[in-house]
Amino acid sequence: MDYGYSLSFYALAGLTVLSSLLVVSLRNIFHAALFLVLAFVGIAGIYLTLNAAFLAVVQVLIYAGAIAVLMLFAIFLTRNAMAQGNPPGRLQASALITAGLMFIALAYSFANSRWAPGPATPPDIGPELLAKELFTTFAFPFEVASVLLLVAMLGAILLARE
Amino acid sequence: MVNQWVATLLAGRVPDWFVALITSTLGAVGILGFVLASNVLGVWMERKVLGRFQIRYGPNRVGPVGLLQTLADAIKVLGKEAITPFGVDRWVYWLAPGVAFLPALLTFAVVPFAPGAALADLDIGLLFVSAVGALGVVPIFMAGWSSNNKYSLIGAMRSIAQTVSYEIPLVLSLVGLVLLGGSLRLSALVEYQLQHGWFLLTQPLAFLIFFIAGSAELNRTPTDIMEGESELVAGYHTEYSGFKFSLFYVAEYTHLFAAAAIITVLFLGGWGTGPVLNLAPAVVWFVAKVYLVVFVFMWVRSTLPRLRIDQLMGFCWKFLIPLALLNIFFTALWVYAALSGPVIAVLNLLLAVALVVLWTQLLAGEEAGSPVPYVARPGG
Repeated sequence: MDYGYSLSFYALAGLTVLSSLLVVSLRNIFHAALFLVLAFVGIAGIYLTLNAAFLAVVQVLIYAGAIAVLMLFAIFLTRNAMAQGNPPGRLQASALITAGLMFIALAYSFANSRWAPGPATPPDIGPELLAKELFTTFAFPFEVASVLLLVAMLGAILLARE
Repeated sequence: MVNQWVATLLAGRVPDWFVALITSTLGAVGILGFVLASNVLGVWMERKVLGRFQIRYGPNRVGPVGLLQTLADAIKVLGKEAITPFGVDRWVYWLAPGVAFLPALLTFAVVPFAPGAALADLDIGLLFVSAVGALGVVPIFMAGWSSNNKYSLIGAMRSIAQTVSYEIPLVLSLVGLVLLGGSLRLSALVEYQLQHGWFLLTQPLAFLIFFIAGSAELNRTPTDIMEGESELVAGYHTEYSGFKFSLFYVAEYTHLFAAAAIITVLFLGGWGTGPVLNLAPAVVWFVAKVYLVVFVFMWVRSTLPRLRIDQLMGFCWKFLIPLALLNIFFTALWVYAALSGPVIAVLNLLLAVALVVLWTQLLAGEEAGSPVPYVARPGG
């Protein structure tokens, strides 16, 4: 492990953690969404340092490029321009319970991990290998996920037509 | 090429990561130089070309044939008052122009200018290009939201609707190329084209779709509803002046050149010239092709009027996306049947003509038969 990698890891990790904290603590929902984009990009950077370029690009494409942009779009559609703060929520109790359960699950898995170090240079997993695995070993889960997405899409169209 | 020379010079004397740092910095500086020079030239070229299309001279006062006009404009724009309107979201407002420049510049990182002359020849280069393109809407959002202006907001809204829609045919049209070329690496796709013929010939429909969708992503005139001077003042950058406005301007031209470079790599055989014209170095051919594509973009801009938003969205969803899907289907068929390059070219050309004609007829029939034709509602 040389200095370049350590430096880039700590910089990216710091960026990700800081912007994630800002996402949940900022009052201005638009700023929070922008920091969410930054957090996603930081995570993609960490993937890059782990030699997983494919995962990094997909992370940017799907999370920063599609999901975060959809969130921004929703903010644009539902709020007045430059509106400050969030509307009062009625789901505080359920949000608290969900977040608490999530925290317990994460803490449990963290505490029980072995944290075994991987090989010194992570294997370079290219798109060919990934595609082969996806369409042979994991063909069934892949198809199930596709059907799920298709159903969600049809549902959205149905809702929009009503 | 310079990079390789520097790398061999430094190898063994300093740690590896230092060599990587130096070579990548050099590459980045080179790309930045190319982009800035192209910006200066591109603005001049656009004004000249537009002028000629409108039967006038275009800039011809500053320097020989007006070549220094852009530099004069750059100095002028720096001297302008930097207005910050009342009630803007200060941080976001200031950051947006700078961020706007980034995605376009990042695209150049994977562009192979000549054999072995890409800053990062990723094995997922094509995916990288689309991911970076997807990030391009974020600065427009930032500008539109933070300006505290209705027109900026509407412009940003439109741009999102448009960009998110047009990204689908943009990516779908490339699947055919990947099926034929068998790689996502840009340099590998160029090598394939040099052996089996340009994708412009073997994938004409994909080229058409990519060109149209790409021009929509660039927000140039036939599809620039997000700026639409006649409706929205200037769209998302209405409230920007002086240096910040010029940054948006530079970002727009960088996007244009990035798109032209990608089209050159994907459809025009990159640095290749065919067997006859190997007189000039590869880089020269590459840059010449990029400028040719830029000229075609300018040609389109000066010829076609701006579309309405409902036309633009309908065109994407009803025309481009189905055709892109059919293109993938048929290309997969040809690849499965293991046809050779020329056969695929002929088949795909016939297919492209047939599909475009048929689909236009279909849509025209639908339009005529629809019970409520589109009526422009006042204020709607």
